[in-house]
Amino acid sequence: MSHQTPQQLQQQALDILASIEGRELSRKERMQLPQQPMPAQDPLERRSTMSEVTFGYSEEQAQIEAMRCLQCKNAPCIDGCPVRIDIPAFIKAIEDREYGASIDIIREASLLPAICGRVCPQENQCQANCTVGKALKDPFESVSIGRLERYVADRDREHSGGGVPEVKPQTGKRVAVVGSGPASITVAADLRREGHAVTILEAFHRPGGVMIYGIPEFRLPKAIVDQEIETLKKMGVQIKTNFLVGRTRKLQDLLEKDGYDAVFIGTGAGLPKFLGIEGENLVGVFSANEYLTRSNMMKAYDRSHADTPIYQPKKAAVFGGGNVAMDAARTAVRLGAAEVNVIYRRTRTEMPARAEEVDHAEEEGVIFHFLRSPKRILGDEQDRVIGIECLSYELGAPDESGRRRPIAIPGSESIIELDTVLVSIGNDSNPLITQTTPQLQANKWGNIITDENGRTSMDRVFAGGDIVLGAATVILAMGEGRKAAAAIHEMLSSSGSA
Amino acid sequence: MNRILAKEQLSQQVFRIRIEAPLIAEERKPGQFVILQLDTSYGERIPLTIADADTDEGSITLIFQAVGRTTGLLKDYSVGNEIENLLGPLGKPTHIENFGHVVAVGGGIGAAPLYPIVQAMKRAGNRLTVVIGARSRELIILEAEMQALADELIVCTDDGSYGRKALVTDPLKELCRAEPRPDLALAIGPPIMMKFCADTTRPFDVPTVVSLNTIMVDGTGMCGGCRVTVADQTRFVCVDGPEFDGHQVDFDNMLKRLGAYREQEETARRDCRIAEVQR
Repeated sequence: MSHQTPQQLQQQALDILASIEGRELSRKERMQLPQQPMPAQDPLERRSTMSEVTFGYSEEQAQIEAMRCLQCKNAPCIDGCPVRIDIPAFIKAIEDREYGASIDIIREASLLPAICGRVCPQENQCQANCTVGKALKDPFESVSIGRLERYVADRDREHSGGGVPEVKPQTGKRVAVVGSGPASITVAADLRREGHAVTILEAFHRPGGVMIYGIPEFRLPKAIVDQEIETLKKMGVQIKTNFLVGRTRKLQDLLEKDGYDAVFIGTGAGLPKFLGIEGENLVGVFSANEYLTRSNMMKAYDRSHADTPIYQPKKAAVFGGGNVAMDAARTAVRLGAAEVNVIYRRTRTEMPARAEEVDHAEEEGVIFHFLRSPKRILGDEQDRVIGIECLSYELGAPDESGRRRPIAIPGSESIIELDTVLVSIGNDSNPLITQTTPQLQANKWGNIITDENGRTSMDRVFAGGDIVLGAATVILAMGEGRKAAAAIHEMLSSSGSA
Repeated sequence: MNRILAKEQLSQQVFRIRIEAPLIAEERKPGQFVILQLDTSYGERIPLTIADADTDEGSITLIFQAVGRTTGLLKDYSVGNEIENLLGPLGKPTHIENFGHVVAVGGGIGAAPLYPIVQAMKRAGNRLTVVIGARSRELIILEAEMQALADELIVCTDDGSYGRKALVTDPLKELCRAEPRPDLALAIGPPIMMKFCADTTRPFDVPTVVSLNTIMVDGTGMCGGCRVTVADQTRFVCVDGPEFDGHQVDFDNMLKRLGAYREQEETARRDCRIAEVQR
């Protein structure tokens, strides 16, 4: 499909609206409206810029996309949403041009709509259940719920600056929130709204967690994350950066010495995993975490200003098929790599990455090698990467994850010459807090064990997000945070006045 | 926050600063380090080992050699200036116990991280032989401080301008040959020195602890940039270290990994010089 400019898409939208002439549409007519494509930068141009790839809908596009919603009574989309946003209601409000009402409906369930609208895997969640997609026998033809969510969130931010939620009078209770990613932001906001004093303790010099160090600017502009942090500050949430719980202060000292009434742990995914194959510590092999942190949080892509260096690949391989792998591959493209190869041992269908990110990566020239897995990384006498040896795979019977298990084909080794390898096969949990807090129970992978409300084995200590779930998504972390915040609030309210 | 309380030049490129950091001072133990960043927007994060701390004053002492971008800027900071970002204490503390006879070897700036460990080993009741060495006289630091703690202090320089004309591995080998052999060796300094110290003690089976200072970004176990191969396993210096069994560390791979950005650093330095000349 050739690239359509935002102007072309806008003209098409105007033509459709003119043909409707404001009359009420039948169910059939709604189903016949074409899904509105997301306006995006030209693929060739975006290969050399970090600025956001997609522009977001125009008002007219949002109108048409909202009209595609059938307002199903049983609303299957809501069941697909981890935080159960009233999706038909917010879409109806868009159709009625009640944008303020629309964002309020979303905010009842979700705190970070501008972010979730951009990074949620909607095709596996709300949009997977959409009646329109089902009727058209193509889940990718579902109503673009995520794009609509983003539209109202962006519109709200641009028109009213996002607003600051009301905060109830001080309760005298103090909560420490460890980490400042999506789970922690949610907990901080929800508890502050109830009038508790909240302090976020963040290890890095900049708050925002994975949304700052991990997800690149071209997918989620930092300004949006910064604004969410600003909102927290305006609500009276205190943020202490350069504070590593477990080292700067032990977890139990927060409760025993510093007088916090409760602690929420939202420290996220930790240690990058490696494959354990030959050559993984050669010069030129990086975890995607490191590569992305250098580029995003340390701004190494901005070579004229940043002090942090970043390896400049000529030809790179990325191991893995998730969102982080796509982010790493597309960052390498933007940093000037002439060729970027994604090596994934299953097929495109099994890739955990959002479909849109895979499409964008492909448009930007990233080469996909499916059913291939690296066997070893080859180096020269200086221990610098010169290539990788891969094995080909075929798909066998489904494994416990329900995906068909890849089986190596003996003798199928082949070599790709390249100078950089970005390993993106997931994370183990960060051992720091569990190491320094023996009372806190963790499973064999180091994830903190909680009940369904985020309660850990330690009194007054709650946890949520990737430190509990293993690597997951922003929306799941937010949903966990919501539940934990409710449980913390309940505990603080029932423990009498301070 | 993080105000500089005192600053002293120890040699041409080596500086000692005392920084107000009460939380870090309270929690830090020998062997731990901090990550420091001078500019929140564009600065790099660099690890520096804590050389001393004063809990009454709420301060920590860092000793650094002005060799890179950040240390080059830090050397021009004065008393009263603040360091924008300071994170710590990081890494696992040194395992301290009464081993018996401990030989502590500090090469160049390595004497700085060694000092608090020597302090703690002394307090634990060990007999201490301290060896400090450097290229030449003016690069020897902390001699008086070490003298005050050590049962025996050996100073050597490569060029013989001070103390013995020897590499630190020479006295280390002699100490290993003595009977009874030392119970523990500690070696902190340039990677190549630690490698040769480990090679020196290996035939004598003297357990040898080294403190690694690899390239780091976050220092909290998130990026994996600091990884090293120890006993054929990948370990992260920031959360599994910084101290490891010197006999098990793959120093050759570590030395090469340390050079990953050499070309870029040289380009940056050259660009800096060109800019200076143009000014």
